[in-house]
Amino acid sequence: MTPLSQLLPGQYGKLTSLNPERAVDQRLMALGLLPGMVLKLIRRAPLGDPMAIEFGGQVVSLRLAEAESLIVDVAADCPVQRPTKTP
Amino acid sequence: MSAKEITVALVGNPNTGKSTLFNALTGLRQKVGNYPGVTVARKSGRCDCGDGLIVELVDLPGLYSLAAASPDEQVVTDVLLGSLEGSQQPDAIVVVLDATNLLRNLFLASQLAELNLPLALVLNQADVAHEHGLKIDTQLLSQRLGGVPVVLTSAWKGEGIASVRRAIAEVLNKKTKLARLTWPAQVESGLETIVRAVQADTGRAPSMADAQRILFSSDAHTSNRLGWKLSQRETVVRQARDQVRAAGFNPLAAEPLIHYAHLRKVLDGVTSGGAGKQGNAAALDRVLLHRVMGPILFTGIMLGLFASVFWLAKFPMQWIQSGVDFLKSVAAPALAGTPMLQSLVTDGIIAGVGAFLAFLPQILILFLFVGILEDSGYMARAAFIMDRLFSWCGLNGKSFVPLLSGFACAIPGLLSTRTIEDPKARLATAFAVPFMSCSARFPIYALMCAAFIGPLYGPGWESVVMVGMHCVGLIFAVPTAFVLTRFILKVKPQPFVLELPRYQMPKPRDVLWRMWQNAAEFISKAGTVIFAITIIIWALCYFPRDAQMAEKIRAAEPALSTHELQARTQAAMIEQSWMGRFGKAVQPVFDPCGFDWKITVGVLASFPAREVIVSTLGVTYSIGKGAEADSQHLRQAMQEAKWLSGPRTGAPIFSLAAVLALMVFFALCSQCGPTIATLAQETGGWKWAAASFFYMTILAWIMAVVVYQTVIRIL
Ligand SMILES: Nc1nc2c(ncn2[C@@H]2O[C@H](COP(=O)(O)OP(=O)(O)OP(=O)(O)O)[C@@H](O)[C@H]2O)c(=O)[nH]1
Ligand SMILES: [Mg+2]
Repeated sequence: MTPLSQLLPGQYGKLTSLNPERAVDQRLMALGLLPGMVLKLIRRAPLGDPMAIEFGGQVVSLRLAEAESLIVDVAADCPVQRPTKTP
Repeated sequence: MSAKEITVALVGNPNTGKSTLFNALTGLRQKVGNYPGVTVARKSGRCDCGDGLIVELVDLPGLYSLAAASPDEQVVTDVLLGSLEGSQQPDAIVVVLDATNLLRNLFLASQLAELNLPLALVLNQADVAHEHGLKIDTQLLSQRLGGVPVVLTSAWKGEGIASVRRAIAEVLNKKTKLARLTWPAQVESGLETIVRAVQADTGRAPSMADAQRILFSSDAHTSNRLGWKLSQRETVVRQARDQVRAAGFNPLAAEPLIHYAHLRKVLDGVTSGGAGKQGNAAALDRVLLHRVMGPILFTGIMLGLFASVFWLAKFPMQWIQSGVDFLKSVAAPALAGTPMLQSLVTDGIIAGVGAFLAFLPQILILFLFVGILEDSGYMARAAFIMDRLFSWCGLNGKSFVPLLSGFACAIPGLLSTRTIEDPKARLATAFAVPFMSCSARFPIYALMCAAFIGPLYGPGWESVVMVGMHCVGLIFAVPTAFVLTRFILKVKPQPFVLELPRYQMPKPRDVLWRMWQNAAEFISKAGTVIFAITIIIWALCYFPRDAQMAEKIRAAEPALSTHELQARTQAAMIEQSWMGRFGKAVQPVFDPCGFDWKITVGVLASFPAREVIVSTLGVTYSIGKGAEADSQHLRQAMQEAKWLSGPRTGAPIFSLAAVLALMVFFALCSQCGPTIATLAQETGGWKWAAASFFYMTILAWIMAVVVYQTVIRIL
């Protein structure tokens, strides 16, 4: 259980929960980032913030503060981009 | 009475190719570019769908979800609901999807199904899908979605356009609708609860799409639009949401969860191959977004851009100047019989408009490079690199595109603030946009660099000063935005969820077209605003004439040679002209910036449009010189200009201090009528436009004084 903001570049994580009250999370859900989805932290921007994450075949930028509410299970090295069962 | 026009709306995610398709179908030329949020307003054109069927096609901004947040997204929902002033609901929707990411693109389509309008799907960018080895069974997809037409296109290559026309005709004919998903029973009954309550209160049953917005979105936009009484809402919505919870969903997350689960099943077996193929983005990003290389390359690209603009424009600029000189050499003798007309044509029109037109090559090359950057996909990366700086001053990451467009022209920059959700963040960005060094400031920088910086310090410094001047606005915009967002508007931090598009080879056609459009605008400006102001300035510099001037000067100093006498007469004439008197009266205001009365005249004449400065200097420095004044002359005349009175007598007017002060003044001053008008329009009133005008103008004066007084003391 790690906030997405603490993922290291190159690491994969499986989204376990997010906060649907927040506008950012609503945006991300519309883009298809839903619980169970595997995402990858590609890199941080040169100044440390924002970061680029990849999920469902797209690359999206996200600020660290916005990634706080996204909780992931760090996966070892799991290139599978398929979500498991939706709750 | 004419038949009602049939309208068809193009809807889809950002950057899928809607505008490209729109252009292919209508023959029009809407701006396209490889970053999300290029189109920000509704645009329409006529599209021939065969068999005499002509429809009005509407190009719209892109959006990811019907839960619209920003003004540009609201345009789409307003158009789709027919709630926009003077428009009715479209007769059909064409959803444009990116074929390489169908799942995400179908989420919007699936939401649109709830509107119950005739609908067709266009899977665009088929060429890229093909390259990635992705195969799509369009027939199966169509079948799974209730028989709507599904067309595969490469809008950019013009492939599949005819099938889109046919599909539009078919949709209008058969009224094919996208199959709605089956909502879980509790959710469906929650929706019905809302429909019933709204109908009981307002007398009209809302559409399913409206009921879903009320149930799933946290804002009250839809309820307000339907005129649903405030007192009724809370209990009903809570009740309905409890039903959603009973189905095991968080009401605010239910919509995407249910749609995506449904769409995964729809797509099962429809697409094959293409897995893992991400194209070139990863490899290029490793370099372009690298911690060290990224910023270096970013700076290098910007420096290189300006350096090459100078370097490449050098020769075409000389050709234009020789053309202007040739015109003068033809016009001057032809009009020798009528000195006033000769002066109007050669000193006024040709000198003024010519000085302005000489910058056409630089404008062309500038927009060539900007177009290449925009179409390649680098722009979104630049936003990614720069976001940290923006977030520090409280701006939205989405402020980057408006600010960047501001470097070409403030007006499209102001329009593209519509992609920002929060009205206060929008306002703060709009306030910062006019600080960006627009291409109208380019000519004065270029003139000053070519006449003073280059000859004195070498061409390397020309680009450095050029880049520096482009940063001045940014340097002041950042603290301005900081104060505005933190202390005046108190903007909440804004989310920055920006899709980084794939890289692509810039498409020559699109790039050249943008270049041409900008050039055409530049030229038409030369023929209108610049032309008119040039004539006014000339007249104010020419009249009144004192016929005895030459005799008076000879009487005072009989020893003068004919040549000197002529020069002195001209100088005296222009000094006692209306403009000379006016400039001298106002000059004390600008004296601390080191501006003489001619520069003062230029500064004042430039308030409607800042590029007027170049043509004004062209007129004031060539008047009375007739055919002698070739275009090298403007530079030379400026280089040789000396203070004739006051404490600085004998010193050159254009010292380094004055040159820098003048450029800084133009970098910061609010000298553009259309910008002020657009600012008023976009911020909903003159208050902010006036604030911007006075703030920028006063700041410009203060900084020009600071620069002049500092540099003059150091050197
Ligand atoms: N390879 C390929 N690129 C395309 C195709 N159609 C459009 N593009 C490119 O995709 C990018 C986006 O095109 P636009 O037409 O501006 O997209 P849009 O949907 O209008 O974007 P917004 O206005 O931002 O919502 C441009 O760089 C186009 O050149 C296509 O069929 N194939
Ligand atoms: Mg567009």
